[in-house]
Amino acid sequence: MTTAIEMRDITMSFGANEVLKGIDLAIEPGKVTALLGANGAGKSTLIKVLSGVYNDYGGTVLIDGAAIDIDHPTTARKYGIEAVHQKIADGVVPGLSVAENFLFDGIVNNEVSRVASLKSLIPKAKDVASVLDLDWSEDLLRSDIYGLPIADQQLLLLTRALVHEPRLLILDEPTSALSETEAQRLFAVIRDLRDQGVAILYVSHRLGEIDNIADRLLVLRDGVIRSDHNPPFDWPDALHQMLGVDEADRPERTVELRGTDAVLQLSGVQLLPKSTPFDLSIRSGEVTGVFGLLGSGGSQLARGIFGADPFEAGNMTLDGEVFAPKAPADAIADEVYMVPEDRVAGTIIKDWSVAMTSTFPFLQEITHLGVLNPFSESKVGRSVIDDFGVVAQSADEPVISLSGGNQQKVVVGRWLRKQPKVMVMNEPFQGVDVGARFDLAEKTREVAAAGSAVIVMSTDLEEIVQVADRVVVLFDGNLRHDSYMSETNREEILRRLSEVE
Amino acid sequence: MSAATTIKKPDTKQDPAAGKRQLDFRDLVVRYGFIAVTVLFFVYFSATIPAFRLSTTMFSMLKFTSVVAIAGLGVTFTMVVGGLDLSVGATAGMSVTVAAMTMVIYAQQGSVAIIAVILAGAVIGALNAVLIVVLRIPDLLATLGMMFLVQGLKLLPVDGQSVSSGLILRDGTVAPGKFTPGFLEINRGSLGPVPYPVVIFAVLAVLTWFFLSRTKWGRVMYAIGSNPEAARLAGARVGRYKAAAYMLSGVYASIAGLILASRIGQGDISAGNSLLLDAVAVALVGTSVLGANKANAFGTALGAILIGILLTGTTMMNFPYYSQDIVKGLVLFVALVFSFTLSRKKQRHVAAVPL
Repeated sequence: MTTAIEMRDITMSFGANEVLKGIDLAIEPGKVTALLGANGAGKSTLIKVLSGVYNDYGGTVLIDGAAIDIDHPTTARKYGIEAVHQKIADGVVPGLSVAENFLFDGIVNNEVSRVASLKSLIPKAKDVASVLDLDWSEDLLRSDIYGLPIADQQLLLLTRALVHEPRLLILDEPTSALSETEAQRLFAVIRDLRDQGVAILYVSHRLGEIDNIADRLLVLRDGVIRSDHNPPFDWPDALHQMLGVDEADRPERTVELRGTDAVLQLSGVQLLPKSTPFDLSIRSGEVTGVFGLLGSGGSQLARGIFGADPFEAGNMTLDGEVFAPKAPADAIADEVYMVPEDRVAGTIIKDWSVAMTSTFPFLQEITHLGVLNPFSESKVGRSVIDDFGVVAQSADEPVISLSGGNQQKVVVGRWLRKQPKVMVMNEPFQGVDVGARFDLAEKTREVAAAGSAVIVMSTDLEEIVQVADRVVVLFDGNLRHDSYMSETNREEILRRLSEVE
Repeated sequence: MSAATTIKKPDTKQDPAAGKRQLDFRDLVVRYGFIAVTVLFFVYFSATIPAFRLSTTMFSMLKFTSVVAIAGLGVTFTMVVGGLDLSVGATAGMSVTVAAMTMVIYAQQGSVAIIAVILAGAVIGALNAVLIVVLRIPDLLATLGMMFLVQGLKLLPVDGQSVSSGLILRDGTVAPGKFTPGFLEINRGSLGPVPYPVVIFAVLAVLTWFFLSRTKWGRVMYAIGSNPEAARLAGARVGRYKAAAYMLSGVYASIAGLILASRIGQGDISAGNSLLLDAVAVALVGTSVLGANKANAFGTALGAILIGILLTGTTMMNFPYYSQDIVKGLVLFVALVFSFTLSRKKQRHVAAVPL
């Protein structure tokens, strides 16, 4: 038998919007099949069709040559299809213990006694955990799921899917919340499963990961599989297929900006409870990239500068004067701005238009004696759309209906258009397609060249290489490395990161 | 697209064209259904009850509605910032006692009573703000506690008695003052044919609408109610705006209490008891008007008027008194069906997942 699951002419529409336009695909057992696609290509929809979330798709799904109708998530499970979705919060059940979360499927299906003491659940939970060799202590199993680090929550969800011994395992951006070490651990598990004959559909943005783990690469664009690659992957071609333009031909950055004025000075700043305080000066006229794994203190640095959360210790000066923002409003008054890492939770207000989202931090600009001027508002909205290349039908379109990349252009553009004194951007490229990422990086560099001090936090080294002039490496809240990009290289940065203290 | 298929497809929002979808029947129902229901009842009662058509009936209906409507407008502020003020009924009731005490026991002018009442309302609002913003107690619980506290505290200085002229004080003397004629004019007087309470209601409704939908302060309040973290990270001083919303709510409740005091003409200790639920109900009903799906001044005012029309109509048709609560409950359900069952906007509450 050569295919685990076969799809023939799968279509799916939402109203007039045809998201999947006829997918023909056979996934083979014992192989990692990677699925690459820009935002809106249809990856999520395809996953949801396969995992039974949508039941009104068109076309045929075949298992062992027989057509099946996946009309419900339980049907998908019956046929051995398991999906681990990107959003961890959708999978774990808050308020329950870690053990109960391990056994949640069983609890729902009455396979585990309804009335059971936590103590009697622990051995069963340990059985489940052993599928992934998770040697978690009893205390941990008893604790509330919310106390569990996000990476462990991800492993828990993966374990839960593996318990059912799937023939097809779908992983949607499984490493987005994981550190490098954790990701490597996950890859080892994936390889192991592959060798046991499980078919794996691996959905990711990260080219490096796909290169590392996939045995086959499919590129999805506009609801159609555009190309099918075997290793070694032809990346320029794959990117070309994914974006529809020749992204790979875009020139490498040649000019490195060198700032002069240390506009923001951090002294004795301590990011994490046990980390070592350090000094850091941020110069205007260049982009400082802050690189570190998840949980290295990048977010704490961003939020501390912006006054969103206080540092563990330390103080700052801005233009030589004491700068101690107690709230973001204080930082904004001093022209220090921040784009938070979680776009939806930190910037988006539902139902608000592009124009409203654009004007929100600077409402005084469009008001007279407190009264809003809708004409000025549309003007600002249109200028953000035009200047930042936002694909939107009008400034009145709800920002939530834009693609991730375009949403990000709006929430970044609303600050950048003010030519900030200090611009902090925490993971500005997360959930953003390659094209939008390129545009955002260009705009960011323009603003820096015009005299802003820009700080970009990222857990992706390629993003730092793309946007930054200078790199600061954080590990566990400690400063590991600080250098201009031209005076360092990827190998050195990674070596600094892996040094044992 | 039919209603049934839409419900199955929560991802419609990811389609950029979705926002531009043409209005179909369901959208029309969500947008104008509530107004249509109001007009329908109005026409029905006007056609079947001759007395209902009279302008005096209209104005007495609006006058009777104005107390609930004004308290509802106050509640609207707190709903806009994502909370709910459960102490409005108690605050209005306290206002009645404060007004009576000021005039009857301390023999002050009506104007002094008005100032005292509004100050007291602002103080209750400020206390709510301290509980919610400084002590971080959830809105519902803080204002629930405040409701009990105010209901009890207002009885302390009057020994649990209703205050009316001729009241015997603790020291055996007779209370020196009475409700001044000027104060009683608040309820009885009128501007041309329009009774003062209706004028106050109309002015406050327009002011509230303007503030919430046309000024930057209103804009920030809505942002805070929708996503407080996003509002804070965009530079909004969330605590100050929340505090302002509760203080406004307290002041509006005390204005409702002033009209109530003027209407009763004595410091009835049970005044305002039923006001809370009515005020919250009209503000909730208002969320469905024009498919707004959020608390808004126009909706609250219209919700109050619809309930006023229904109560007046059913009373004139000799429905028993207890049918009033049945009517209010049904109106609330219908409004909630517009907001939650039929509206598509709710689907947007789920954020788009980046691919």
